[in-house]
Amino acid sequence: MPFVRGGKIVADEFQRVGDEAPIPDGVPALLSAKRYLAEAGALATRNAPLGVIWPNSRTVADLAPYLDRLATIALVFPSFRDGRAYSQARLLRQRYKYRGELRATGQVLRDQFLFMLRAGFTAFEAAKDSDAEAFPEVIHRYTRYYQPSVDRRPVIAQERRKEDEEAPAPRRAAS
Amino acid sequence: MYVYDSFDQTLLNERVAEFSEQIKRRMSGELTEEEFRPLRLMNGTYLQLHAYMLRISIPYGTLSARKLRMLAHIARHYDRGYGHFTTRQNIQFHWIKLEQLPNAVADLASVGLHGMQTSGNCVRNISTDQWAGAARDEIADPRVYAEILRQHFTLHPEFSFLPRKFKIGITGATHDRAAVKMHDIALWLRRGSDGEIGFEVGVGGGLGRTPYLAETIRPFCRREDLLGYIEAVLRVYNQYGRRDNVWKARIKILVHDLGVEKFRDEVEREFAAAKDYAPVLDDTLVAEIAERFTYPDFETLADDPPELLAALKNPDFKTWYLNCVDAHRMPGHAIVTISLKPVGLTGGDCTAEHMEAIADLAERHGYGEIRNGHEQNLCLPSVRQRDLFTLWRKLDAAGLALTNVNLITDIIACPGLDYCSLANARSIPIAMEITRRFRDLDLQRNIGRLHINISGCINACGHHHIGHIGILGVEKQGQEFYQITLGGTADENARLGTLIGPAVPFDKVPDVVEDIVAAYIELRERPDEIFVDTVKRLGIQPFKERVYAVR
Amino acid sequence: MTSPLDQKLRIEGLVVITANRLRDGAVIYRTAAGGWSTRLADAVVVSTEGEAKALLRDAAAEGTVAVGPYPAPVELTDDHAILPGNLRERIRCSGPTFDLPRVPAET
Repeated sequence: MPFVRGGKIVADEFQRVGDEAPIPDGVPALLSAKRYLAEAGALATRNAPLGVIWPNSRTVADLAPYLDRLATIALVFPSFRDGRAYSQARLLRQRYKYRGELRATGQVLRDQFLFMLRAGFTAFEAAKDSDAEAFPEVIHRYTRYYQPSVDRRPVIAQERRKEDEEAPAPRRAAS
Repeated sequence: MYVYDSFDQTLLNERVAEFSEQIKRRMSGELTEEEFRPLRLMNGTYLQLHAYMLRISIPYGTLSARKLRMLAHIARHYDRGYGHFTTRQNIQFHWIKLEQLPNAVADLASVGLHGMQTSGNCVRNISTDQWAGAARDEIADPRVYAEILRQHFTLHPEFSFLPRKFKIGITGATHDRAAVKMHDIALWLRRGSDGEIGFEVGVGGGLGRTPYLAETIRPFCRREDLLGYIEAVLRVYNQYGRRDNVWKARIKILVHDLGVEKFRDEVEREFAAAKDYAPVLDDTLVAEIAERFTYPDFETLADDPPELLAALKNPDFKTWYLNCVDAHRMPGHAIVTISLKPVGLTGGDCTAEHMEAIADLAERHGYGEIRNGHEQNLCLPSVRQRDLFTLWRKLDAAGLALTNVNLITDIIACPGLDYCSLANARSIPIAMEITRRFRDLDLQRNIGRLHINISGCINACGHHHIGHIGILGVEKQGQEFYQITLGGTADENARLGTLIGPAVPFDKVPDVVEDIVAAYIELRERPDEIFVDTVKRLGIQPFKERVYAVR
Repeated sequence: MTSPLDQKLRIEGLVVITANRLRDGAVIYRTAAGGWSTRLADAVVVSTEGEAKALLRDAAAEGTVAVGPYPAPVELTDDHAILPGNLRERIRCSGPTFDLPRVPAET
């Protein structure tokens, strides 16, 4: 599964570690929520990055106490139509001020990349090679957006304000 | 009406480019149907029984003459010469070809029309009163807020993959012509204690298999909190709405499973927690959108000009005037309804020729503006009273001066099994036969206001639950049967209709309607007690007896 | 008529495989030659679940012509003309059960 970060296909340094398997030393490890929460205390002194795969049916408030110890959080789109992780992502960024990597996993398709970026995702386990390759093109489909969100992309209301301040235009007749 | 600026237009053009590219990837097989389907739905493109259907948003039911001419062009060049105005203030074209769609959406985009958010699990077209900005009983024009909401929720990163569709209705009038209570979120413009504008917010309305009417969770939401509050509602819904069962996925189910009180608590908690970063609808933002609305430069005129008074001596004009013309907030002006419900034809359909004729008349006599409402009729919201006679002559010459508005042949019906792949039964032929039985206008006027609503399946796109007479098509052993309900209403006193008995077969439905009407004529207290009030007074029992006595 | 795509594949009587054409949504029927026709008369008629499934498998495998293939009931007349087997299929075959708005011919 191609992994996209920083707009490019890169190798994913994280390894998914099963609930029963030993966690390899010195390797960035992705654990299930169940395992991470059970072992969080013991893992606090671990010498390599840790990440958790958080189910989309569980509130991210439960993860809030651990955010500063996590290098990545993987949120899940079991189907691309299941949009719960968009709310989870936005909450992690805006309410809980999480600054680490937020990765989208599951059925991650190119036509959702922009929604995901705007909701706060910074890495993507893309379902298709062709979608991962199209990433740079896809994220430039829109130049401005109606609503502010987690990202810094231009917002139409702000652009309007700037334009109105610089040169207030007479309103056009109805067309 | 709202006039697109370069930002709106750019976003729309980018959307057209994106959708065209998605169509290309589907036609080449790079996208499967399963992957493409939600993408085309987010652009208003359905696959129905015979062809693709394109649903085009008409925000708050407001069209310019130029936009209406473009719809005529679409009808003529990409469809079979007509379009269908829907029960949600949109227009549908039933015979679209996917391979031509990129051209069609580009043409539409050139005048600021599109199918964005008319389908899919996102916030849909925000419906309002088709008389907004023209009616006398408004606190304020709701359309500015409808536009603000439309923009805010277009391609919203958090709320574009909800458990199910999400419909918002907003009204600024004391008399609710937009049926807001049957929406997922109902908004009423209200004035607060300082006279400031705010909103009463209701949630959980919706028809379909389990109909509910919206209940208020915040009696007064300050204007600046509107976006944050609605986001809070959507966030609760996005996280907790059911995704396992399409029949239980609307917010109304969540509201009723939790109970309104608990649901409200969840929303209030979410709203409070998001305070720091929630979007604020400040005065500047409202002004920016309001400035982009243009309003007719109304002439200063007096009511009842001599041209009108003289014309009222013409009995045919008077009949039309009494049925189709309503009071306007500006003196010397009037609201004109154009019925699209001719006898024996599909209600709500409009040919390209008629669209062009209406566009011309709007420019000539109506400050260039046309409206469409959930009753599937059109409206010229602002006509000078002194022009009414001239307007009537031209409408009449074009066959557009029907005088059955709000009468029994002014039927609201979904397309049904003749077009729609979700349907269990046909609805249009039922409506057609009813219009034939009641074609006599004296009879119609004697019956008075009577709203018949017909749905071809439980999805209730015909809004049968809130019809004075509601007709719902069901399937029994491969045959079409229809359940009849009585006493539903759509306004501020909205009520769901009551089932009167076992479903009746297709060919008996018009007979049943005749029986119901006959019973009403006999039982009404006075000629001006309208049908739905008689039902309210007496209950369904006498009607039930009449209908089922002989069956 | 519940959408056939939601029904289990249980063949009772005669069926054809039908779908919508991807490029324009037109109603199409699977032919014996393994292609598609807009005419019901050209459809291959089968009567067992096995035959229907085989046709569906082939139809679904290609994916750029037909959308949503499914088995639709039909009847055969005495002289072997194929007729749609229920109202939904009659409507798909012949269009809406009323006249469309009369429009003037293009000049």
